[in-house]
Amino acid sequence: MKALEYDPELCVGCYVCEEVCSETWFKITDAKKSSIRIHDDGQGNLNAIFCNQCGECIEVCPTQALYRDRKGIVRLRKKLCVGCLSCVGFCPYGAMFYHPDQTEPFKCISCGKCVEECPAEALAINEQ
Amino acid sequence: MSEKNQASRRVLSEYTYEALPVERGYTGQTLYVNLSDNSIAARPVTDVMKEKFIGGRGFGLWLLWHGVKDDTKWNDPENEIVISSGPIGGITQYPGCGKSLVVAISPTTHSVMDCNVGGHYGPLLKFAGWDAIEIQGKAEKDVIVVIDGPNGRITIEEAPDAPVDTHLIGHWLIEQLAEKEEDRYFMSTVSAGTGSENTLIGCLNFSLYDRKRKAPRYKQAGRGGIGTVFRDKRIKALVVKSDPVKGDSNHPADPVRIARIGAKMHKEIRDHDDEQNRMRRQGTSYLVQIMDDYDLLPVHNYKYGSHLDTPKINSDVWLQRFTQGLPDGCWYGCTLACAHAVDGYTVRTGPYKGQKVIVDGPEYETIGGCGSNCGIFDPDDILEINFYCDTYGMDTISFGTSTAFVMECYEAGILDKEKTGGLELNFGNGEAAIELLHQMACGEGFGKIASQGIRRMKQVFAEEYGADPAFLQDIGMEAKGLEYSEYVTKESLAQQGGYGLTNKGPQHDEAWLIFMDQVSNLLPTFEDKAEALHYFPMFRTWFGLCGLCKLPWNDVVPPDNAQTDEPAKIPEHVQNYVDLFSGVTGREITKEDIVTMSETVYNFQRAFNLRLGFGRREHDAIPYRSMGPVTVEEYESRAERYDKQLREILGLEPTGMSIQERMAALRKYREEQYQKLCSAVYKRRGWTSDGVPTLETLKRLGIDFPEVVAIVEKHL
Repeated sequence: MKALEYDPELCVGCYVCEEVCSETWFKITDAKKSSIRIHDDGQGNLNAIFCNQCGECIEVCPTQALYRDRKGIVRLRKKLCVGCLSCVGFCPYGAMFYHPDQTEPFKCISCGKCVEECPAEALAINEQ
Repeated sequence: MSEKNQASRRVLSEYTYEALPVERGYTGQTLYVNLSDNSIAARPVTDVMKEKFIGGRGFGLWLLWHGVKDDTKWNDPENEIVISSGPIGGITQYPGCGKSLVVAISPTTHSVMDCNVGGHYGPLLKFAGWDAIEIQGKAEKDVIVVIDGPNGRITIEEAPDAPVDTHLIGHWLIEQLAEKEEDRYFMSTVSAGTGSENTLIGCLNFSLYDRKRKAPRYKQAGRGGIGTVFRDKRIKALVVKSDPVKGDSNHPADPVRIARIGAKMHKEIRDHDDEQNRMRRQGTSYLVQIMDDYDLLPVHNYKYGSHLDTPKINSDVWLQRFTQGLPDGCWYGCTLACAHAVDGYTVRTGPYKGQKVIVDGPEYETIGGCGSNCGIFDPDDILEINFYCDTYGMDTISFGTSTAFVMECYEAGILDKEKTGGLELNFGNGEAAIELLHQMACGEGFGKIASQGIRRMKQVFAEEYGADPAFLQDIGMEAKGLEYSEYVTKESLAQQGGYGLTNKGPQHDEAWLIFMDQVSNLLPTFEDKAEALHYFPMFRTWFGLCGLCKLPWNDVVPPDNAQTDEPAKIPEHVQNYVDLFSGVTGREITKEDIVTMSETVYNFQRAFNLRLGFGRREHDAIPYRSMGPVTVEEYESRAERYDKQLREILGLEPTGMSIQERMAALRKYREEQYQKLCSAVYKRRGWTSDGVPTLETLKRLGIDFPEVVAIVEKHL
């Protein structure tokens, strides 16, 4: 199973990953539509929030909209989703996101676009 | 539809419509169905309905009020069954937002009954275009009423091949109307059973399709015999189909506000349910041991509050029996997920012996009522009763409390084997209780008498068996004609009022004040108790106006709740509800408005009771078993407690008194206390000393409609 990995020591806080993610999946530059979020605690410590494909949300979903695909990635079938946001509240990492423009939540599916664009090589897709 | 299916159903009446879109929680119209003449019509939702009656139970009461006459009886054709969710009902982002409220004139109380029930019918009804369904009249032959929202078609159909019992007709309807798996997701049914035909304690089963179990599940509108009204109208089932539910199907005014609160609440449940009530794992069964620990679990017809065998039926047992790890909400997005089930239960008695079934529950009330209250501490007996009550369409609470009463009468010698047709109805005889249930459902043997509920049994036992009516009155745990739900209230005066001073009868959905009153002593004066018996019933009524469940309000609480000014009110969650209502309807409200909205409907319901001949102080009377010890053994079992109270409260020295003298002194005191409580509560609620809303109260709430005033004035 491939999952995103992040090295805070290498991250420079440029937020390119957020832009790339939202551009890739929502065709817009908007950090609130990114499935990776870089957090700066104001004291120079950076952290990233994104899905590590743990799958805890799958059990919580009342409509079986969340599932693990053949490659092990946790994905959302929009057609089945009723927008209840249970997965948002139950994600242990706060890595399931929602935005007012759509009723379904969204998450990282390890596509690797942010990895390609990260100037600091702080991100990687690795086999878990 | 296949040829086979067409052959088994005959359309009597058809109505086509275009579903109005849901806007801010309302479609703006209700559906009227008359089974006597097979007419179907749309009726507008007026501004008065939305402003004053909100939805759900409020809509039900308003529509019923206009549908019936002052002398309408439960089995008259003009009696109605009204089902409505409410403006918040159907949102998916916050837990507990998919309830349906059912209103009708009850066969056991002869007054207005309301039930709050899960399952998908109410929300899907709205998404099929209707804020409520109002069913009047009586069919000549058994019918089903099918609302097909996506195709804009409503039919009244004869379905002679359809079974009656819920676990069968649920499957039958799915096969008839939703052949493909995905068609089942957004279809819901309401059904009763043979027990609803033959008893006065019939319940309604509201279905949801459980995608993981690939089977329908059922939640019960249990109280007050509305299932009996349903079968009296010769309805086998109601069906609704809607378009797929999405996160914005309820078209709220401010979806962002709702999403924010919903996600926060889901996280609160994730973080704290496991350390608090573990509802997600064990549902309401967590209450069994707690109630036993505090001497509040009904045992042997409420004689006692605890039993050594309680660990055999507490949540440790149900944790093992409930299938774990499933999203057991009764509506989408309910992460409190208390609607657990026992899968693969093999039925061991009756017509379905040998079938493997899903048992929905048992919940606390069923465990307390059909278990400990009857002295039954075998989980399989409780499951057997739970399954049959549901599929027969019978209320587990009324069955449990009625059976406990029968068992006490049997042990007291009022009943014997001859009168019961051979049933040895001692406390603890699970097999006899199950046989009694089958007899009740079929209307046979002694079950025919027991099936009428406690109020009528009291009459029969006195008139035909020569039993002492005063004793029966003391131990028969009913008020207003409705059987008590499952809490011992002897040491909590406030909760005696919580049961007695209700609109529909002794159900704890209005108020549960035992811990505040008895354990924490937060309500020391009559005024304190009256304030609690004003605030909590009003606040909790509001859930039923909006399509909400009460449980996410206080069965999980924020971690800092104890540090707030009023922990019992759960201030953070109250604010959530303010945001939810405002966010859905666009009508900005305050927490005080919640109480006023409820007061409006609550007082209207009190006036409705007056209209039907009830609703005064005499109707708020409660049996002495709910106030204190009726029998010597009962007194002696808690003698230390009662003697202490005689000494400390009444200044009497019990050592020089006989048990009977002590019981009489305690009784006199407690009965006076209850009447004083009634007076204090009536005053706080803006009622006369006879419990009648004053004209000032009606005016303040804006329900001084001429027809309401005319009824109330007769009692001033």
